[in-house]
Amino acid sequence: MSAITTPRRSGSTAMKLVETAADEIDSRIHPAGGIRRQINKVFPTHWSFMLGEIAMYSFIVLLISGTWLAVFYDPSMAETTYEGTYAGLRGLTMSMAYESTVNISIDVRGGLFIRQVHHWAALLFVAAMIAHMMRTFFTGAFRRPRETNWVLGVVLLLSGMIEGFIGYSLPDDLLSGTGVRTGVSAIILSMPVIGTWLHWAIFGGEYPGTIILPRFYIVHVFLLPGIILAVIGVHVALVWFQKHTQFPGPGRTERNVVGVRILPTFASKGGGFMVVTVGITAIMSGVFQINPIWKLGPYNPTQISAGSQPDWYMAVFDGAVRLWPSWEMYLFGRYTIPSIFFPAVIGMGILTTLLALYPLIERKLTGDDAHHNLLQRPRDVPVRTATGMMALSFYFWLVVACGNDIIGYTFDISLNVMTWIGRIGLLVLPPVLYFATYRICLGLQRTDREVLEHGIETGIIKRLPHGEFIEVHQPLGGVDDHGHAVPLAYQGAKVPKRMNDLGSAGSPVKGGWFRPDPAIEQDDVHHGSGTDPMQVEPGGDRELAGRPDAGRPRDVRD
Amino acid sequence: MSAPPESESHRAASPSGPQSHASDELRIPTDAELAEMSTDDLVRLGNRMDDIEVVADRPRFPVPGTRAEKRAERQVAGWFILAAIAGLAFIVAFIAWPHEWVPPGSPGALAYALYTPIIGVTLGVSILAVGMGVIAYSKRLLPEDLAIQQRHDGRSAEVERRTAAARMVQAGQQSGIGRRKLILRSVGAAGGILTAGLAVAAFGGLVKNPWKEGDKSPLLVTEWRSDDGERVYLRKFDGVAEDVILVRAGDLEPGSMETVFPFKESDRNNPEKLAETVSSSDSPVMLIRLRPDVDVIKRAGQEDFNYGSLFAYSKICSHMGCPTSLYEDQTMRILCPCHQSQFQANEYARPVFGPAARPLAQLPITVDDQGYLYARSDFIEPIGPGFWERRSS
Ligand code: HEM
Ligand code: FES
Repeated sequence: MSAITTPRRSGSTAMKLVETAADEIDSRIHPAGGIRRQINKVFPTHWSFMLGEIAMYSFIVLLISGTWLAVFYDPSMAETTYEGTYAGLRGLTMSMAYESTVNISIDVRGGLFIRQVHHWAALLFVAAMIAHMMRTFFTGAFRRPRETNWVLGVVLLLSGMIEGFIGYSLPDDLLSGTGVRTGVSAIILSMPVIGTWLHWAIFGGEYPGTIILPRFYIVHVFLLPGIILAVIGVHVALVWFQKHTQFPGPGRTERNVVGVRILPTFASKGGGFMVVTVGITAIMSGVFQINPIWKLGPYNPTQISAGSQPDWYMAVFDGAVRLWPSWEMYLFGRYTIPSIFFPAVIGMGILTTLLALYPLIERKLTGDDAHHNLLQRPRDVPVRTATGMMALSFYFWLVVACGNDIIGYTFDISLNVMTWIGRIGLLVLPPVLYFATYRICLGLQRTDREVLEHGIETGIIKRLPHGEFIEVHQPLGGVDDHGHAVPLAYQGAKVPKRMNDLGSAGSPVKGGWFRPDPAIEQDDVHHGSGTDPMQVEPGGDRELAGRPDAGRPRDVRD
Repeated sequence: MSAPPESESHRAASPSGPQSHASDELRIPTDAELAEMSTDDLVRLGNRMDDIEVVADRPRFPVPGTRAEKRAERQVAGWFILAAIAGLAFIVAFIAWPHEWVPPGSPGALAYALYTPIIGVTLGVSILAVGMGVIAYSKRLLPEDLAIQQRHDGRSAEVERRTAAARMVQAGQQSGIGRRKLILRSVGAAGGILTAGLAVAAFGGLVKNPWKEGDKSPLLVTEWRSDDGERVYLRKFDGVAEDVILVRAGDLEPGSMETVFPFKESDRNNPEKLAETVSSSDSPVMLIRLRPDVDVIKRAGQEDFNYGSLFAYSKICSHMGCPTSLYEDQTMRILCPCHQSQFQANEYARPVFGPAARPLAQLPITVDDQGYLYARSDFIEPIGPGFWERRSS
């Protein structure tokens, strides 16, 4: 028996069985050392590190619910006449794809629920990816050595959006069919030189043809999920082996990781959060109806429902083509470059390229080629933060523009006014947000420095003998011989701003809902405070790295 | 952007650098010593091997059996009990709750409408509670954990880099591929041509010529064309493709709009063809009857396309191909619901607002001797969204 698996004390029978099994495995496959290293691994904790995990969990939900749907769904575009349960559609001609989706929604027990799980999970998937991307952007987590993972993330975001769009098209209802016409067919046709040829290759002829749904289907259930799965694998493996970044804080340096170990803490919390994500998706999918395709009717290229809207993550494309003016190019009286080519292909192409190359661009502009494991607070990098806000406002303005008819209708504003608001806002809003964000960042930096220099404002006003009023400050780093606060250097970590942050509000008496715990238990019981283990007060016998100098981080680059 | 770049020496950690001195000092105990060590000692040894310093792993409740500990235990168990109850409710609801569709308004419709919410909430709460139980367990009962691990990232140790590179250089030299130019070139040619061949094999099957039919290619013609001179009538469609209702000039009130489709007498007994034309993406046409008093501007070359106050425009938007379904008689504007392009019906449907750049194509119409409207020919320009080969001006 190998040393690691040698039983220490004679335990229960179950224990012995486990030990034997472990030895059987180790003597064949030899994994003990590797396993120890992996379960021992230290992970930093911060709530924002969860966003990427939520994206991964919702993808797992998509795989499972999608497989279930595929058991009932039929991607055929063959026509059939509906004679099923749902009275509202009887006698209508429709594709088998639409009929089978109606059957899932109406006839299959729990089918509507799973469809809604699949759809909500898709929305959550993309939303979580975008939130996760914002986190990595604003904290500078994409800097060397993690540029690869940023690019992989952009690949995931794009494939996730395309996957979702294609899935949305599969039911072949009136809304999704309109989406294919505008979002795929017209955009492909608009491409100079290759457009019509590409359209014929993809649709097998003129729009809509009879082959597009089976093609979409194989892409949706096999090709893209496979690619996404593989890229997620590499993405997560890189996080694992490069080790996660961490925020600056007590004891945290560029060369270590301060956090919790995989077993048991990280694994149990991670596992717990995964189950919570699934549970919340399930509740939402039960309660909130989404995409009731049986009410929309089958797709018919000659019909449309007013207020057509794509799923939210596609809204940015739609918003862009809504706002683009009617500018087209006619070349030599012989060729046309339709107006949609500019916003939909060139515009979106430029945006995604800039996004993918951002780490490179920033590295070139700042000359910062160093190896970074400590994150930055957004306020400490005002140019990047303001650039990010500018990009976000551009993006979300286009998303909002996609709903301009709904907004106009709701608030009784003319559509033309809405379009002009959209166009002007798109040019004005981003620079305004850039400027505002930049100023806010500087302001936050200043208040941080002020507190470190003079201490926290206590709210106590004192009148000096000569009549002057001053506010009493609580210094953070003690006082010198003259009673002046000893100024502290800013180290990239959160600075306490209120007296309560120093614990001046005290802590509640321990106890249940009805009675406090007996006095002798009040001190005995050690309460870990909060989720950030760095907040744990060190006992006398333990030394927390960085603690000796009053909880301030050491030189962050040490 | 704020942190200055680290110095080169900083990143290139050598194996004798500060990171590894922990393991330098580490003496691996003998098997006999290992057998004597306690679990705690072994864990400490493993931590040192992994360069981990555990700062805190005290149990949450050092004194067992306090009220606070029992409370924490009850809370965790509470979540799991809730999960079990909700799970049971889910099974019962899934099987016993009425799940068969009931028309809205009839008895039982409410119960049916609640089926999905009830199974969703019971299942969701059950799953959620399991997760909350696990999280509560790790937060309230697992020992608090705080550890510091050294990273060991950046460049590999110099010895690893040099030896790996040497091995590669040697393999390259031994293969002699650098010297054998002929092989190098032929391998390149084989690889390149094979890749091209595979690409052709993979995508060749997809390539189709959109212009195979020349002037009659699908993008240039619509269902309104007639190759043998047979008349193509305007028909209404009320939901049943076989109910062919032809249109007379007097059927439309001034200021009204009707969607019409092409119809040939020879298709009357061909239900499939009829169904195809009413759902074809290039056939719908808006027949608009302008009020008699309005000013009309006609496009050059289309002066005689209307029949009196009746104008027929393709319904397929010239922007991205949505059906432009709304006609507003007051302003005589045709509105596309997709991106709000607007076309002026009394001015050859030219775009007056929004992203569309081209007018809607106009269909030349007239009446036969019984007063039924028919198309004099197909559209004279491609309808719908633009494309490269489209002649526009
Ligand atoms: C292996 C993974 C997947 C499988 C097997 C799968 C399977 C399916 C099937 C069979 C449908 C059509 C049935 C229906 O619409 O109810 C569908 C629809 C859909 N899929 Fe997926 N899917 C997968 C992954 C994804 C992903 C990653 C996304 C989004 C990012 C996604 C988004 C959608 C959407 C939005 C629909 C339309 C849902 C609706 O009916 O309202 N799917 N999927
Ligand atoms: S498709 Fe008509 S405005 Fe875009």
